Amino acid sequence: MSELLSDNSAALKDLKDLVVSQLANEILETEIRYGELTVIAKRDDILKVLTFLRDDTGCLFKQLIDVCGADYPERAERFDVVYHMLSLKHNLRIRVKVRTDEESPVPSCVSLFSAADWFERETWDMYGIFFAGHPDPRRLLTDYGFEGHPLRKDFPLTGYVEVRYDDEQKRVVYEPVKLVQDFRNFDFESPWEGIQNVLPGDEKAEGKA
Amino acid sequence: MGVSTNTGASLAPGTDQDTLLKGVFDEMNDKGFVLANLDKLASWASTGSMWPMTFGLACCAVEMMHSAASRYDLDRYGLVFRPSPRQSDVMIVAGTLTNKMAPALRKVYDQMAEPRWVISMGSCANGGGYYHYSYSVVRGCDRVVPVDVYVPGCPPTAEALIYGVMQLQKKIRRTGVLTR
Repeated sequence: MSELLSDNSAALKDLKDLVVSQLANEILETEIRYGELTVIAKRDDILKVLTFLRDDTGCLFKQLIDVCGADYPERAERFDVVYHMLSLKHNLRIRVKVRTDEESPVPSCVSLFSAADWFERETWDMYGIFFAGHPDPRRLLTDYGFEGHPLRKDFPLTGYVEVRYDDEQKRVVYEPVKLVQDFRNFDFESPWEGIQNVLPGDEKAEGKA
Repeated sequence: MGVSTNTGASLAPGTDQDTLLKGVFDEMNDKGFVLANLDKLASWASTGSMWPMTFGLACCAVEMMHSAASRYDLDRYGLVFRPSPRQSDVMIVAGTLTNKMAPALRKVYDQMAEPRWVISMGSCANGGGYYHYSYSVVRGCDRVVPVDVYVPGCPPTAEALIYGVMQLQKKIRRTGVLTR
């Protein structure tokens, strides 16, 4: 992918230099990867970073494409909040990341981008990352009264409750999950899980080379 | 009773059907009335106009639309999709039923007038399908509403859905509408 997008590598380097020089105190790391610039920002300065990226004439990332979360349970600050932005003016994209944990809120960027409203609600719903200053901090996708944050790595795939219609109570009731058969993974040959594709006799060819 | 020798099995268009219909008309002209089994007649009328509730939940809904569109044309069987449960006889559960949707589905089912039927369309509605182990999906819509016909497939083709509709018609002819 980086080869395909290598024609904008000069523009990416310029952008990286600009961001590093202007936001030296607000960002932790920068990296050009997969044909895109990734900026890891300090959590409390995220609004300043986003404002700069939106308004500076060298950036003009006026579209917020997505806000989402990512969970790395082995880290102390286990969550990433990832902002993807697009600059139509410069035909560039940028990825901004912020690290956080279960307790620390991330400043909400709804005041900068109204598109962030539901993105942040979804991130709160799925990961339990709290966005400080969000105008409507409800869950977005999961069931009414849902407990837990399903995209966290420690959330079980099948969850905790399942529904059924109770003919005596005449309503849909929630019960603890009872699986007739546990989840099993039979797909050993899936190309996504790493097929080795070693044929008998292949080792001879390697020995010759 | 010369006419009603036929016992409910439908006749294909052809000489047999023509003879039967001619017999009915002759008796009508001759005596001024026709005798028939009321429950058979009710079943016949009911199978000829099963109005389904439009309940598309996921990609199966697209195949359901195909079956209603010009190529397969469910209207040939008198199936006209209705936007209101009050006007519906049958509900086609087309797609993944989530926990959040389950109370709404049941409410819609409860609002339908008797007699009512349910077609479960596709793997997800039949038993959770691909999402069987998900935290948010009902493992089969028969946990929430009673199902008459299960249409397998992911998604089932429009033909498969029509076959399911025909199976439901068969079931209605067999069990009757009035005695249900």
